[in-house]
Amino acid sequence: MSEVMDLPGDDEEFASGVVKKFMFVNRKAPHGSIYALEVLEMVLISAAFDQDVHLAFIDDGMYQIVKGQDPSGINQKNFSKTFRALDGYDIEKLYVEREGMEERGLTEDDFLVDVEVISQAEMAELMNGMDVVLSA
Amino acid sequence: MLHTVNKSPFERNALASCLAHATDGAAILLIEDAVYGATKGTSVAAKVEAAAAKCKVFVLGPDLAARGMSEDKLIDGITVVDYEGFVDLTVEHSVVQAWL
Repeated sequence: MSEVMDLPGDDEEFASGVVKKFMFVNRKAPHGSIYALEVLEMVLISAAFDQDVHLAFIDDGMYQIVKGQDPSGINQKNFSKTFRALDGYDIEKLYVEREGMEERGLTEDDFLVDVEVISQAEMAELMNGMDVVLSA
Repeated sequence: MLHTVNKSPFERNALASCLAHATDGAAILLIEDAVYGATKGTSVAAKVEAAAAKCKVFVLGPDLAARGMSEDKLIDGITVVDYEGFVDLTVEHSVVQAWL
């Protein structure tokens, strides 16, 4: 792990660093608990280490990227906007599971970022191919 | 009796258990992640629609707005309340059961 965790700035070390396939699996709705925000913090940190980052939104996690969130009335931060900034960090591999969308009556138009809608079986295969999986 | 539910119906069975125990005329208030249960087209919508026909179902507006669930997506017969309405409901009912 040392070559992955070296601090940014040491370009030579960084260039020779191992790039691993990371997946962050989001399963929690955005405002009822702190999990969603904490995972997003981890995602942003991972971006600083030039890893091959994948974001999966399954179960209630897909509610994190629903359009039109306004948590000002419950005194919480609107971190949903941050998902729109992820492409600026070269994090563009976002996947949502079709079965979960159907269960929740959601369509691709309900999401505030471009995602790839895949089946549960495809999600399972994708997870299988990762080097590191962090789920919350 | 006023029932309050604060868990997503897709993650916990609190809403299902509440609906199974609520008697005719009871008031049911959906708050926090339970507001997802108030929207149309979900796998739990049929149960909530049936409950709305025999009970009074309410949903907390600020929790809906926080989650981007617009009011035009709500199941027919569900009433949106604000925090004052929440207080009124607790005053109107002598017993409040919180389905945590």
